Amino acid sequence: MKLRRRQRERLSLGIQYLVFIAVIAVVLFAADWGRLSDAFFRVDIIRSMFPTIITVALRNTVLYTLGAFAFGLVFGTVLALMRLSRVAPYRWVATAYIELFRGLPALLVLFLVGYGIPIAFPEREIPGGVFGSIAIGLGLTAAAYMAETIRAGIQAVPKGQMEAARTLGMSHFTAMRTIVIPQAFRIVIPPLTNELILLTKDSSLAYVLGVTAQTIEITKFGRDMLNDRVNATPLLVAGLAYLVITLPLSQVVRRLELRYAKAR
Amino acid sequence: MTTTPSRPAVEIRDLHKSFGPLEVLKGIDFEVGQGEVVCVIGPSGSGKSTLLRCVDLLEEPTAGRIWVNGVEMTDPDVEVDAVRRGIGMVFQSFNLFPHLTVLNNLTIAQRRVLRRGRAEAERIARANLERVGLTDKADAFPAQLSGGQQQRAAIARSLSMEPKLMLFDEPTSALDPELVGDVLTVMRKLAEDGMTMMVVTHEMAFARDVADRVVFMDGGVVVEQGPPQEVLGAPKHERTRAFLSRVLDPTRVAQLGLPDQSPEPPEAPGLPADDRHTI
Repeated sequence: MKLRRRQRERLSLGIQYLVFIAVIAVVLFAADWGRLSDAFFRVDIIRSMFPTIITVALRNTVLYTLGAFAFGLVFGTVLALMRLSRVAPYRWVATAYIELFRGLPALLVLFLVGYGIPIAFPEREIPGGVFGSIAIGLGLTAAAYMAETIRAGIQAVPKGQMEAARTLGMSHFTAMRTIVIPQAFRIVIPPLTNELILLTKDSSLAYVLGVTAQTIEITKFGRDMLNDRVNATPLLVAGLAYLVITLPLSQVVRRLELRYAKAR
Repeated sequence: MTTTPSRPAVEIRDLHKSFGPLEVLKGIDFEVGQGEVVCVIGPSGSGKSTLLRCVDLLEEPTAGRIWVNGVEMTDPDVEVDAVRRGIGMVFQSFNLFPHLTVLNNLTIAQRRVLRRGRAEAERIARANLERVGLTDKADAFPAQLSGGQQQRAAIARSLSMEPKLMLFDEPTSALDPELVGDVLTVMRKLAEDGMTMMVVTHEMAFARDVADRVVFMDGGVVVEQGPPQEVLGAPKHERTRAFLSRVLDPTRVAQLGLPDQSPEPPEAPGLPADDRHTI
């Protein structure tokens, strides 16, 4: 039997919905919900995690992330400008840095900053204590990624923009700062958001620096609770806590992009 | 007029410019007097835009010397930014700053370069927006304007720096035909106000009506120049005649398509050879 076009389309759509429903049904019926909820959803344990998970763990995760992001953004911009510099050694150094730090695990870099710097400079302390070490340790890796993103953003700004600014008498530096870089940052908002979300999760590496009850962040908090209560519920709560950060963040950025779409 | 009788606005001596192995300008001698309006015409690839860009040092000349208002641009120690303050440049693609409102497009260089205060910069900006008929667009972003409005805003942006010389690089080539007139009207008014202008253009009517002098370039050299009625009305050179007939009456040339009437070098555009064979 030969189906007509609209019949074929309807059949195809029907099959796709059917597969979707079947998969959900299998998961729903096949899983042992009783045991699962005992292991992952014990209300008493959830209660016991509040309010510390918000007031301490989530707060610290946000602080570490913002610190690392701010450090990475500033340093990454410097690296991007070095890569575009007319001075060849700047380009070499920036390229070498980016290749090196993109290749090293963030955990290793954090460890080296946390323990290496105090050994190298015993007289000095990293400002901000654990917070400073994490901001720098994670920021060093983030800067390498962001540098490449920002460089691409700068190069995506049409050449005519720099020319127009220069013909108005602006110096290269002023033109870069007031015309090119502001436009470049609008272009790279989506990839920089990605970096911010990745950093949110990388902040869980803070444990290698030996965090205390005051400096604990979400993942360490969840794992400590897991060991304490011999139940996986804290991991579920910790996971949700990350979403509490990242989902609104995506929304904010979407708004920001819409606002800038007008000025493009 | 109270211009100093000293040097021409633009003075070019034996200018050469190569991009890699390609020599685009092959020895140009050229002047623009104070208050003069000069239109540069010629086929694309003739080097006319490159010549204009060399005046503002957007292209570094390979050899030769250029003076603007008596200051040598080709002096390696020239304060380029300072000289450029006296030169306005209008681009084919407008190049407004898309992240700034029209008003801020006009004030940013005034404030950063001339160090004018906000109030003064905005007053001058609004006066220039009025001059180009965009008073009501001060708070719009460039993307919200039509091409013609963008180009007029770009002209107002240059004028806000109060230049002595304005350079126009095919200012209407990217515009829809019905928007060309507004921009040309603004430019004509500017010429009538006594502005020194060097205009690279394909608008022959504008060149005929507004220019004091028309310069025809082809193959990297100035082929002929003179008053518009001479160069456009009674061209002396065969190359000028061939170019004008292609520009002014494109359909007829395409129909005739006589190969011996197009003595252009192959990189010149005009009539593509393929068309002849397929018709």
